[in-house]
This record gives sequence, structure tokens and C-alpha cells, in this order.
Amino acid sequence: MPDPRPAITRDDVAHLAQLARIELTAAELDHLAPQLAVIVESVAAVSAVAAQDVPPSSHALPLQNVFRRDEVRPSLSPQEALAGAPESEQQRFAVPRILGEEA
Amino acid sequence: MTDLARLSAADLAAALTAGETSSVEVTQAQLDRIHAVDGAVHAFLHVDDEGALAQAKAADERRTAGTDVSELLGVPIAVKDIATTKGLPTTAGSKILEGWIPPYDATLVARLRAAGLPILGKTNMDEFAMGSSTEHSAYGPSHNPWDLDRIPGGSGGGSSAAVAAFETPLAIGTDTGGSIRQPGAVTGTVGVKPTYGGVSRYGLVALASSLDQAGPVTRTVLDAALLHDVIGGHDPLDSTSIDRQWPSMAAAARAADITGLRVGVVKELGGEGYQAGVRRRFDESVQLLVEAGAEVVEVSCPHFELAFAAYYLILPSEASSNLAKFDAMRYGLRVAPAGVAAPSAEQVMAATRQAGFGDEVKRRIILGTFALSSGYYDAYYGSAQKVRTLIQRDFSAAFEKVDVLVSPTAPTTAFRLGEKVDDPIAMYLNDIATIPANLAGVPGMSLPSGLADENELPTGFQILAPALEDHRLYTVGSALEAMLVERWGGPLLDRAPALEVSG
Repeated sequence: MPDPRPAITRDDVAHLAQLARIELTAAELDHLAPQLAVIVESVAAVSAVAAQDVPPSSHALPLQNVFRRDEVRPSLSPQEALAGAPESEQQRFAVPRILGEEA
Repeated sequence: MTDLARLSAADLAAALTAGETSSVEVTQAQLDRIHAVDGAVHAFLHVDDEGALAQAKAADERRTAGTDVSELLGVPIAVKDIATTKGLPTTAGSKILEGWIPPYDATLVARLRAAGLPILGKTNMDEFAMGSSTEHSAYGPSHNPWDLDRIPGGSGGGSSAAVAAFETPLAIGTDTGGSIRQPGAVTGTVGVKPTYGGVSRYGLVALASSLDQAGPVTRTVLDAALLHDVIGGHDPLDSTSIDRQWPSMAAAARAADITGLRVGVVKELGGEGYQAGVRRRFDESVQLLVEAGAEVVEVSCPHFELAFAAYYLILPSEASSNLAKFDAMRYGLRVAPAGVAAPSAEQVMAATRQAGFGDEVKRRIILGTFALSSGYYDAYYGSAQKVRTLIQRDFSAAFEKVDVLVSPTAPTTAFRLGEKVDDPIAMYLNDIATIPANLAGVPGMSLPSGLADENELPTGFQILAPALEDHRLYTVGSALEAMLVERWGGPLLDRAPALEVSG
């Protein structure tokens, strides 16, 4: 088991931001990293119950799967669905290249 | 002449029924008030004069025709900018959604329209509902009508400020950790977080899906009940919506008899760290309940002390996942990274999220990404979920002994704008008393309990009930409200300073 109270470093924050697809400037890293370290430290209190034999809850109230009939019902028109798109083309969302090569 | 903008929704409904006024007249009065004071209050991000008046006209026609007349027909309302509104901008307080016009209505908005409540506009909020002050709104903070230099609470500070400033009799809020109740407490207004699943989440921009719940923001308990009856109930479009018949909240509010009611004061919420004036007003309200025939006991909920830590792991974890949809591809902002020819989708995503998200959103996404990362998952997220179970058990044990639990809503009165904006922990602690209800899914209400002696600012009284027993909040709340208003010699908001009127 890892140390339950890791110091979250500036490098960690940079890595996490990359995983979360947020470009952070050097100034933002300087600002956010120490704040995140304090927050992580203050939420580490939950580890007090880590060893207890308690079932985890993901929801407030018990959930059941919900089904509906497989019937066609009114939905957005292609025009409405694309209305907020930064860019569209031939009734599709136009996106930047997704592969590594130069376009 | 009566100032229509100062009437409660129930009184407006009565005046409309009696034919003493029209929805167009009422709606115009609210719009006039908005234009006169909102420059200073900044409760609204968008005001829809034309749309609101058209809906008011339609409401008047419905009333004349006499068909399908709901109790709140023609009474105007403001909607927190987190709920999608077809044809009206919806930003959730973020630059990443600036200018977005949703192509559909949230279910609760559709219900407001069906019941004939003209929508005045969209209210300000902390970006994606992350905050307790509206200072994290990308469009600037809202101001507390009691003191414009102070916060109106958050995240739903636009809704609470709008109601407190008499810009609207009714507003919609959402509450993930206190975002309806804490703004209510610091502005001297009423806010209710229903049982999780009681009001549809369809069409709400999700913050933490297992915690989010929409509810009423009003000046009186009865108004909250009337609005709850309109927006609540099963919705097949929300898979967590509870499929059952709910009793009338308005009827519960009108009953207001608490003889023999068992009330538990939560030992862990209200001691150290709570402002003296907040505690004093709370104790007085408890005393009033005793005088009205309630039995009061102290109840211990030992795991509430871990609620704060569990919440600030569960919320960021869910938020980091929910906000992944803001990827610059289908809607919202798209920013190309500087100096990159033919950038990749990933680079565009990272540059867009850098430009479109504010500091607090970045903090929480990174925190959530951390809590969910392998190696830390068990120690953090897994433990937080265990705490959640323990808190639910604390509530179950407490509700075997008492009918409702009570506490102060927030530890302090409204603080000054800027005071805590760059101190995340100090900001997070505002929700210390409201978070447990979200983790357990139980309903909660905040209503004004008076003004703190030290600064003459409003204090809030929180009532919590078992899941599905929302009606108890209204019975207890309206009984207490009646006693307090009698003691004050009128509603608390009558004592708020008059706002300078412009235009």
C-alpha cells in the first residue's frame, strides 16, 4: 500500500494536468501545486477508515437499473445537435486531426 | 399601491386568482426591479425581457380560458445558469460555455414552462457550481443585498441574491454540498435540497452526479413548497429519479403543527468554529420549537467529522469525469494552441481547457484525477466511499430516535468578497454543516433564523429529514418561520437595507 499521505509535488501536478488534458502555465503550476498539497493533506483524514470492514457506497440511495422500451421517440434534429459545434461539415462534427502525423 | 416585486409567490398567486393583477403586470414589475438594482447586485447572467413577457401573456390567457390553471400560473421565476434552457444561453458560470444556446430544456425547466411560470432569466453561480461565494464565476461575483461588499453564498449566489433583492419571488438552485442552503443562510432566504432523486437532474450541467440535486430558492417556506410541487416527481429521462407519488409539500407547509415532534440537535454541527451570533440565533430557534411542543434531544453523528474529507474526494473525482465532456469537439469553446501548426485534437483540448476553465475548476479536476489514479484509489476514493456508508448509518441511527435533525446551516454569516477566494480550504469549510445531507441523499432546508448580533447579518437554521420525508421539512420550517416572523414583527428581509435604484 502506498504512503497514505504523499506530498503532491509540482511535477505530480504537471503530470496530473496532462492526464486531465489541461495545459498549465508555469505560473499556474507554482500557484496550484502548493494549494493542492494542502488540500490533499486535509482530505487524507479519510484513510482513518481504510482498514475498517465497511462496504463502500457510491450512491446515496440504492440504485436499480432502469430500462425503457426500444421505441423511436422524438430527438434533436441533426441541425439542432450541431448547432453548438465549433465546426461542422456535412452534418458531422469537424474535429482537429487525431493522429500523430502532420495533417 | 402594493409593490408587486415585494410580494411572496403565494400572495402573487392569490392576487392573480382574485383578478387583482395580471402576470404581465407582475412580470414587468420584476423586470423593472431587475433593471433598477441588478447593476449593483449582479444576480443575473442573462435577462430575457421579451421571452418572460410573452410567457406572462400566455399565462394570462390560460387563466382567462380557465383551463389547466396551476397554483403558480403566471408567477415569474429565475433559473440558475446550470439548467439548460432551450433558446436561452446556459454557461454554468464558465467561459468554456460562453454563448452556448442549448437545443433542449432541462426537465425542471420544461415543468416550469408547462405550469406557466415566466422565466425572467438565468442566475449567476460559481463556475460549474464549484464554490461558496460566486467569486469563481467567470462573469464576476454576485453581491449580497444585505451588504454589497459581501458574498451572497455559493454556488447558487445569483439565485439567493435575486430572491433577497426582490428581483424575483422564486428561483431554482442546485445543491451538491450546500449550494442552495448556504446561500439561503447568508442572504436571509429559504432554500431546499430535496431527497436525492426527488427532482430530475436531466438537463442540469453535472458537477457530481451522485450528489447533485435541484431545488427551490424563495423568501418563504410556503413558496418553496409550492415550487417543489411543480419541479418534483418522477422523470424517465433521469435514471436516478425516484418513481413514486410524493405528498403535497404545500399541504405540509400549511399544516405547520409540530406538537410532539422529536427534534435532534446534531452535536457535531455547531460547536467550535461556528460564529457566536450564528450559534445564539440557532439556540433561540431551538427554544421556539420547544415552546411549540417539540421534544428536543442532542444526537451524535460521529462520522460527520469525516464528511468534509470524503466530500472533497468524491466530488472532485466525479467532477473530473463529468467535465471531461468539455473537450472542444461538439459544443462550447475551441482554442487552438499558440504557435502550433495543424495542432492535434489533444493539443486543442488541452489549450481549450486551459483557456476555458478557471482556477477552482482546474484545482478540482486535478484533485479528482489524483484521487482516482492507481496507487491512491484505495487510500483516498475507496476510503471516502466507506465514510459515505458510515455517514448514512449515522443518519439512520439518528432518525430512529428523532423525526428531524437540526443545526446551523453555515458556520458564519456572509464574509467579504475577496476574503477567501484564494484559500481553498477556508472556502470549502463553509459547507461543513450541509455536506452530510448530500453524502446520504437526505433532504435539507435552510431558513432564516435572525441576524447575528456582532454584524447584523442573516444566519441560517438547517432542518434535515430522512430520505423521502421532504414534507417534514416544510411542516417544521413553516411552524418555525411563523414563530420567528411574529417575534421579528415581520419578515427578516424587511430589515435589509434598501438598494439604490438606478435607471
